[in-house]
Amino acid sequence: MSFYLIVWAIILSAASGLAGLFFKRRGRAARSGQIACVLILVVACTAGLVGSVRGLFEPASVSYLLPWPSAGEPLLGLDPLSAFFLVLVFFVASLCSIYALGYTPAERNPRTSRRTQLFFGLLVAGMALLLIARHALAFLVGWEAMALSAYFLIVSEDGLRENRRAGFVYLVATHYGTLALFGMFALWHAATGSFELSPAASMDGGALCGIVLLALFGFGVKAGMMPLHFWLPGAHAAAPSHVSALLSGVMLKMGIYGIVRMLSLLPVLSAFWGVLVLCLGAVSGLLGVAYALAQHDLKRLLAYHSVENIGIILMGLGLALLGRAWGRPEIVALAMGGCLLHVWNHGLFKSLLFLGAGSVLRATGTRRIDKLGGLIKSMPWTAGFFIVGAVAICGLPPLNGFVSELLIYLGIFGGLSQAGTGEALTALAAPCLAMIGALAVACFVKATGATFLGSPRAPEAECGREASASMLIPMGILAASCVAIGLASGLVAPILDAAVGSWNTGETIALPGIATLAPLDYISYAGIGLVAAVALVSLILAIRFARWGSKTNSSRERTAGLNDSCRSAPTWDCGYAAPTGRMQYTASSFARGLVLMFAWALKPSPEPAKLRGVYPARLELETEVEDGVLGRIIAPGSRLLARLSQRVRRFQQGLTQQYVLYILIALAVLLLTLIPAGGVRAIP
Amino acid sequence: MTIVHIIVLFALPPLLLSVINKTKAAFAGRRGPPLLQVYYDIAKLLRKGLVVSDTTSWVFVAGPAVTFVAVAMAGLLVPFGHSPAPLSFAGDMILFAYLFGLARFFTTAAALDTGSAFEGMGSAREAAFACLTEPALFFVFIALAKQTGSLSLARMLGSSLLLSDAPAAAPIVLMCIGLFIVLLAENSRIPVDDPTTHLELTMIHEAMILDHSGPLLGLIEYSASMKLLVLESVLISLALPFGSGLAIIDCCIFVAEALLLSSVIGVVESVMARLRMRRIPYLLTGALLLCGSGFILLAR
Repeated sequence: MSFYLIVWAIILSAASGLAGLFFKRRGRAARSGQIACVLILVVACTAGLVGSVRGLFEPASVSYLLPWPSAGEPLLGLDPLSAFFLVLVFFVASLCSIYALGYTPAERNPRTSRRTQLFFGLLVAGMALLLIARHALAFLVGWEAMALSAYFLIVSEDGLRENRRAGFVYLVATHYGTLALFGMFALWHAATGSFELSPAASMDGGALCGIVLLALFGFGVKAGMMPLHFWLPGAHAAAPSHVSALLSGVMLKMGIYGIVRMLSLLPVLSAFWGVLVLCLGAVSGLLGVAYALAQHDLKRLLAYHSVENIGIILMGLGLALLGRAWGRPEIVALAMGGCLLHVWNHGLFKSLLFLGAGSVLRATGTRRIDKLGGLIKSMPWTAGFFIVGAVAICGLPPLNGFVSELLIYLGIFGGLSQAGTGEALTALAAPCLAMIGALAVACFVKATGATFLGSPRAPEAECGREASASMLIPMGILAASCVAIGLASGLVAPILDAAVGSWNTGETIALPGIATLAPLDYISYAGIGLVAAVALVSLILAIRFARWGSKTNSSRERTAGLNDSCRSAPTWDCGYAAPTGRMQYTASSFARGLVLMFAWALKPSPEPAKLRGVYPARLELETEVEDGVLGRIIAPGSRLLARLSQRVRRFQQGLTQQYVLYILIALAVLLLTLIPAGGVRAIP
Repeated sequence: MTIVHIIVLFALPPLLLSVINKTKAAFAGRRGPPLLQVYYDIAKLLRKGLVVSDTTSWVFVAGPAVTFVAVAMAGLLVPFGHSPAPLSFAGDMILFAYLFGLARFFTTAAALDTGSAFEGMGSAREAAFACLTEPALFFVFIALAKQTGSLSLARMLGSSLLLSDAPAAAPIVLMCIGLFIVLLAENSRIPVDDPTTHLELTMIHEAMILDHSGPLLGLIEYSASMKLLVLESVLISLALPFGSGLAIIDCCIFVAEALLLSSVIGVVESVMARLRMRRIPYLLTGALLLCGSGFILLAR
């Protein structure tokens, strides 16, 4: 039943964009078309959501829906692990599509609206299809539907050159990933004898190694794992914000799903692979947040934070692999639970943040943080939701990010009781995660502070206005779910148990429940206590200053400044009389210290030399940091390749005579090779 | 015992600041302010009126409020010497560390909310230096978790490793030195920050709160002193694990040790100058490495 709901949801969402094609491009008709599309997509997502929530608590099932591609092999199926990711897909997709109603109203975007709507639906359908695929072919169909519709969404504002470039880089990157997946499934077929995605009890060592490496590469490109993340910042900045939210919050998780799924099908791996994934995660986490700190573009900053969060997710996964290799079910449960919960959490707060950034972009027309400021006054709700998302993504209590990081920490600490020095050294992941957390706090204080707090730095930021209800409600729902998971984490524990249980199919040992391993109820009490106490302190302050200076004081008290008055005055600014918005500390200055701390990786441009002489020469300082992988490896590499290809090009000049000559030469060479070594003999 | 813990947590902190001031005065050959001066200051600030910058929003008030609540909750998680913490569960040290992160988020955001360049500088420095102190704290946590096999601050800090576990003594001494530097940095003391300097350009914590006044400033000062007590108690449990077995005497011992540690901070402040801002990361990296090598020696 729940399986068929999901199948219908996929069909309906794939077709949702078609409805818009029956309406005119312009005017009110276009608006009706957009509303119709969104309505169909929301209905589809609701059906899918109902199906996948039910699927979380049902045993795994497979379905032989079609006798294709070969009879007797299952095509699609549903188990709690798939359902877990499906919930995220349908939930976030429906909210993002509602947001689009206010963000890109069809009557103002006649050229792109219908196309965006069509590919948005296809993207959702593709992701859902690959999640329920149980056959390599169905998986790849869903995968490519997702990858290609994402491309068309990224370049939907294709008037800008940088958007086209970002789309091209994405397209190339995703196809390298798909190439690796083809290789992986070919190896899978060679090792297991079928394209069916069902657990393999044992496998040849070489094939196993090849499959894991290809999976890490192919899915790692999609997930944005460092150093395969190079397509991600550009693509997420170029896409319309509701699409960026879906790409960053959900599509990256399909890469994670791929790795998680393949690892659940393979036999137990040795501890080496766990350490490898753990290290990849730590590198992604640290460098992702370091790059994020150096960004000046709000959406690029958020995109690099996705790299960081993918790193945290991979750290959880690596630990779970280690736990499996060591035969420690409690580490598997905690680490995998943390990994999966972070998948949900990141999906929620990252899409919330991208939607918030979208509202800022819509209101001010700029993504450059250093031009913004003071938007909390003109956009109070957006700012409030953004701050909720920022606290959540930093992994701070009492919100949801803290719960998933806590589970991963507990998994790390569990590894300490493993005998052996090398095993104990895996606990170095804990300080690493702590550093990622502290850097994330710095980065989000910078982003929030420079965008919403203080006063406007440029005229753009003065024209902020609050987003419409259709944009605020999805953000509100996302923020509320971040709070809910943070305060009532006990409620998600059974869901995590089911999903982790269906991941760990190969093992015979039953996993302990996460609620028994982690102090989730204490965390809830602490979180509720925290919120209540802050509310109480604020209430006391509010009551104390409720009457603005109306209380008459005795003269003695007045001279001592003891009163209940609350006065408003300009910022003190150390006595400077006329501060302006441009004198505020900028986001780049805020991050400069930390960027220099990570200069070995970020390679920021050096400080200019000191001014010399009476008439000093003009000096410039560039604080923009280029992506290391794209700028220093991929781009020079492909330029080199292009230069080499130039040499080959002179063989092809479009002259028919020349091609006839090539045929002649080829023929002659072929004939010559037919001549046996002993010389020419007459044919009898 | 819970009530005693809460009384100590809320009543003792300003006295620690007074002891630091008294020690510094003694070194300078002055009499110094009376021991209760910080209490008077905070009480007076709480009764004063409020001047709020007109560029600010609710975040400006949330800074002091969240900091106070977060630090107080961290104080409930940490054992004071041999007397156990009121709130204790497996994994509480992670909540402990992250509560300081929450406080830092809102303090630094509140500083940016005023739109002043000085406060922005303070906020940037605070956020940057925490990236080195927080991992140091986690090195200590994993080392203690490894050694005691427990995931709760009560057991990790309460098992007097320095006295009972001779092979672990040397690494623990290393970590204590690292923790002392973290303590100085997190509480904005010399050599990292100078709370009494008159140049806003060179300050960290004081620069962030330039625009807070009246009760908000009082709340900030009070939370800062409470943070000092809470972080001191971590160091005390590790470095001075003396107890008698009798709850009330243990409590007195803890208070005495906290006062002693505060006067040590006073001595450090008196004999050292503040480091140049660009040197501070080196000092904190040193602390990080000390804690890290402590862990690696223990894991060996």
